[in-house]
Amino acid sequence: MNNKYEVVIGLEVHVELKTATKIFCGCKTTFGGDPNTHVCPICLGLPGVLPVVNEKVVEYGVRTGLAINAKVPNYSKFDRKNYYYPDLTKNFQTSQFDLPICENGYLDIEVDGVVKRIGITRAHMEEDAGKLVHSGKTISSSNSSNVDYNRVGVPLLEIVSEPDIRSSEEAKAYVEALKMILTYIDVSDCKMEEGSIRADANVSIRLIGAKEFGTRTETKNLNSLKALQKAIEYEVERQTEVIEDGGVIEQETRTWDDEQGITLSMRSKADAHDYRYFPEPDLPPIILTDEYIDNIRRLLPELPEARKKRLIEMDSLSVYDANLVIAEKFLADFYDEVRKSIDDPKLIVNYLMGDYYRELVAVGLDFSSSPVSTKDFSELLKLLQEKTISGKIAKEIIPLMVKDGKSPKVIVEEKGLVQISDTGAIEAIIAEVVAANPKAVDDYKNGKGNSIGFLVGQVMKASKGKANPGIVNELLKSVLDK
Amino acid sequence: MGKIKDIHNQLLNKEISAVELIKEYLANLKVSENKLGTYLAITEEKAIADALAIDKKISNGESIGLLAGIPMGIKDNISTKGIITTCGSKILENYKPVYNATVVNKLYHEGGIILGKCNMDEFAMGSSSENSAYKLVRNPWDIDRVPGGSSGGSAATVGAEEVVFSLGSDTGGSIRQPAGFCGVAGMKPTYGRVSRYGLIAYASSLDQIGPIAKNVEDCAIVHDIISGYDKMDSTSANMPSTKSLDNINRDIKGLRIGVPKEYFGGDEKVLKTLKKALAKFEEMGAIVEETSLPHTEYALPAYYIIASAEASSNLARFDGVRYGARDFDQNDVTDMMSVTRDKFFGKEVKKRIMIGTYALSAGYYDAYYLKALKVRTLLKRDFDEAFKKYDVLITPVAPTLPFKIGENIKDSITMYLGDICTVTINLVGIPGIAIPCGFADGLPVGMQILGKPFSEELLFNVAHRFEQNNDFHLRKPEVK
Amino acid sequence: MSITKKDIIHVADLARLGLNDEETIKYEKELNDVLNFMEKLNELNTDDVEPTSHVLDIHNVFRSDVVEDSLDVEDVLANAPDRDEDYFKVPSIL
Repeated sequence: MNNKYEVVIGLEVHVELKTATKIFCGCKTTFGGDPNTHVCPICLGLPGVLPVVNEKVVEYGVRTGLAINAKVPNYSKFDRKNYYYPDLTKNFQTSQFDLPICENGYLDIEVDGVVKRIGITRAHMEEDAGKLVHSGKTISSSNSSNVDYNRVGVPLLEIVSEPDIRSSEEAKAYVEALKMILTYIDVSDCKMEEGSIRADANVSIRLIGAKEFGTRTETKNLNSLKALQKAIEYEVERQTEVIEDGGVIEQETRTWDDEQGITLSMRSKADAHDYRYFPEPDLPPIILTDEYIDNIRRLLPELPEARKKRLIEMDSLSVYDANLVIAEKFLADFYDEVRKSIDDPKLIVNYLMGDYYRELVAVGLDFSSSPVSTKDFSELLKLLQEKTISGKIAKEIIPLMVKDGKSPKVIVEEKGLVQISDTGAIEAIIAEVVAANPKAVDDYKNGKGNSIGFLVGQVMKASKGKANPGIVNELLKSVLDK
Repeated sequence: MGKIKDIHNQLLNKEISAVELIKEYLANLKVSENKLGTYLAITEEKAIADALAIDKKISNGESIGLLAGIPMGIKDNISTKGIITTCGSKILENYKPVYNATVVNKLYHEGGIILGKCNMDEFAMGSSSENSAYKLVRNPWDIDRVPGGSSGGSAATVGAEEVVFSLGSDTGGSIRQPAGFCGVAGMKPTYGRVSRYGLIAYASSLDQIGPIAKNVEDCAIVHDIISGYDKMDSTSANMPSTKSLDNINRDIKGLRIGVPKEYFGGDEKVLKTLKKALAKFEEMGAIVEETSLPHTEYALPAYYIIASAEASSNLARFDGVRYGARDFDQNDVTDMMSVTRDKFFGKEVKKRIMIGTYALSAGYYDAYYLKALKVRTLLKRDFDEAFKKYDVLITPVAPTLPFKIGENIKDSITMYLGDICTVTINLVGIPGIAIPCGFADGLPVGMQILGKPFSEELLFNVAHRFEQNNDFHLRKPEVK
Repeated sequence: MSITKKDIIHVADLARLGLNDEETIKYEKELNDVLNFMEKLNELNTDDVEPTSHVLDIHNVFRSDVVEDSLDVEDVLANAPDRDEDYFKVPSIL
């Protein structure tokens, strides 16, 4: 990028809320399903139907507002956003205009070790639209389109950031931070591949030091972090080129074409921008008491930032380790549960992110889909702490735990993997090894201290890895030094 | 005694069977309908099947609802499963709903038998039923005159005794004005009293479904059945159904009646008839006093802005994609929508969509829509004040007698001015009943009785007492 | 305020009404008449008046998040002007 310019980015993130039913009717929100099978008179917008608000949507809206440090006003209402598009069933979207469920929040993001605060203007509740399936390869080359209304009425929260973002990396970090919070508070699955979180990016550039914003474009259809970053980078480059060539940026809506890796203007006949918002007459206003809001606040789970702080301060984890643990709520909860019975945070992290994680990756699982319970994981660490097994044996046990979901104790017993700490038994093995390796013994005695390592290895081998290495070391030394 | 109870007893006493009754009504309806244009669909087969089921229940000794076997007409903007529902519009010419409106389920549950779907002004926009895309409705008292609108079919069919009662909808007077023009009783309930689920919306914040019947008692019976909380309608008031019938005979001695002077600027013949009716009330022991609702003159423009704005959004869904008519000659979806809507919506509907779209569009929202919502607040205050002093207010239903077909249709403003007595009531959400209070030139004159929110029981009581002291509801038009 | 032909075309476009020239001219006159009629409201000072969107004092009407039956797909498509298998079919989107 030409470094004369500064990039200004604001993001509108649409988050699908994890309710069982749609925002205004009882149809299920399950992803997929045969076309037009999750549809009823209400979401189909048949003449005469009326909406009724799903209380969970309001609750999730408030929960999200509190989690993103926003204000939740006592009074909120729905409005109609009027525009024609065949993926809408009423040719208006029931949304919120001037009095959204929450406003004035922020999120702290971290890029290259620098923490930055990104303002959040508002978050409002609205309904999703249906899906258009085109007969041709692209919209414009199709003779007709097919419409599936299963998604119509799925509840969304649109979270609008301030234009505080200055790079595609920051944009990515912001969406990641948002995703992390939303999964922590359990209001969304945030599965980008299923479209349950998607972003529109408002991008403009201006000369460094300029006070006014440049004209922005809005790029829609960004349903992966990669697409988000690439689209922003493409737009910045495109806008720089236009301006450098003496042109002007047009305020317009663009769409990201993933295949070509470019943004395209969406100007069309359907693009008249006058939404004629007015208060939804079919829905009475929402009045939230302080008590209701405080109640939701009280029930909020510990958020990622607070959790990270606790892990660093109370468990003395490094910032790096703490970040690893909190990255996923499931993992963080797993850690906390194990932590209840294992008083060695570093040991937990080492095994969680080391041997255990490597095994999960190897077999194509992740933390949440693994059959290993916190109880079994704790038991494994306890066996290690009690020196019943060695680290080497742990390495052998972990794949078996992941494979069958068996408890480590059972595996140890079945396979006879209990570590030998009985000095008598180890002394017997040592005697054999010493007798069989006179050269190494001589070397040691002649001052070659490192040959003891070879002898330890031989003892371990003879014990099939079950001898406690600490005891082996100790006993071997005393035998040789005699 | 009203007709519903009468028929109910005849059925229970096996003096007549439901099938006989329904066949008789159907035979008469088919002849009469030809002259009056009251129906867009007649549901003969279903009616006879339903009547058979009622007869079976009776012969099995099972209990039957109060409406069992009673023939009824349903306005064509109320969703009826399996029965074509057009709203009087070409855009819904073949639209067959897959669900019933809540009120329809309630009536079916009580055994009511639908004979057909009543003709109306397209999408309930009009005051004469001349805006039906299919055919005119004629006034049973004079077939050269309009029956009023938009529920013209629902009022005329009751007036001509083609059915015992009907349902209409009222957004700015669409039950009361045609009831007045056809000499029958029609109630516009408090906003939120009757579920709107299944009523094809014209203006959501003003629309209410209500009953029309030949006499107040029947009107009250139907109201008691269709009213009450419905979880499908978020604007439905969380109150039980009315028990109007139990209270209908109370003495009205000492009743305080306010007469707002702003409503008495119409045709002398109408006013004279009204004044006679008011004198009757005094005779019956009520206290009648003149009062004022100072913002009345602003109600019509406020009404037309709010109603049109909401309509522009409510009618957006008729686009040729999911149901209804479509123009098949277009290659692009936007063109398809535009041509379909232009081709299959009528003139008045398009005009109101245009007005409403304009009133909501960028730069005009505050001047029109917001302003109208503020005027609505002022109108509400007028009524709050008046109801501090009076139990009910009485006005004419319309400033004129039923006018000639074709007389007003060319000039929108003249037509709109005819709604002067009714629109305010929808803007402030209160209930109002229209009943005949006399005749002039052989045509019925309607009286409107207004009350506080949720005072329907009192309104039925007052209207019934008046009716008991007169015979206007007993007259029957000779359809010529 | 007075509406011009340009306004009419814009409004018709927003409202998806494909008016022909004759209709445009007709609506220009009629809409101006109606809007003049509405100008009457400007006689009133409403600066300190709150708007009324809902006449009833109702709020917080919610339903619980419980799944109910959807329509049979044949009922969904029962009134469709055009369909392609179980989809609604529309002309291309340009």
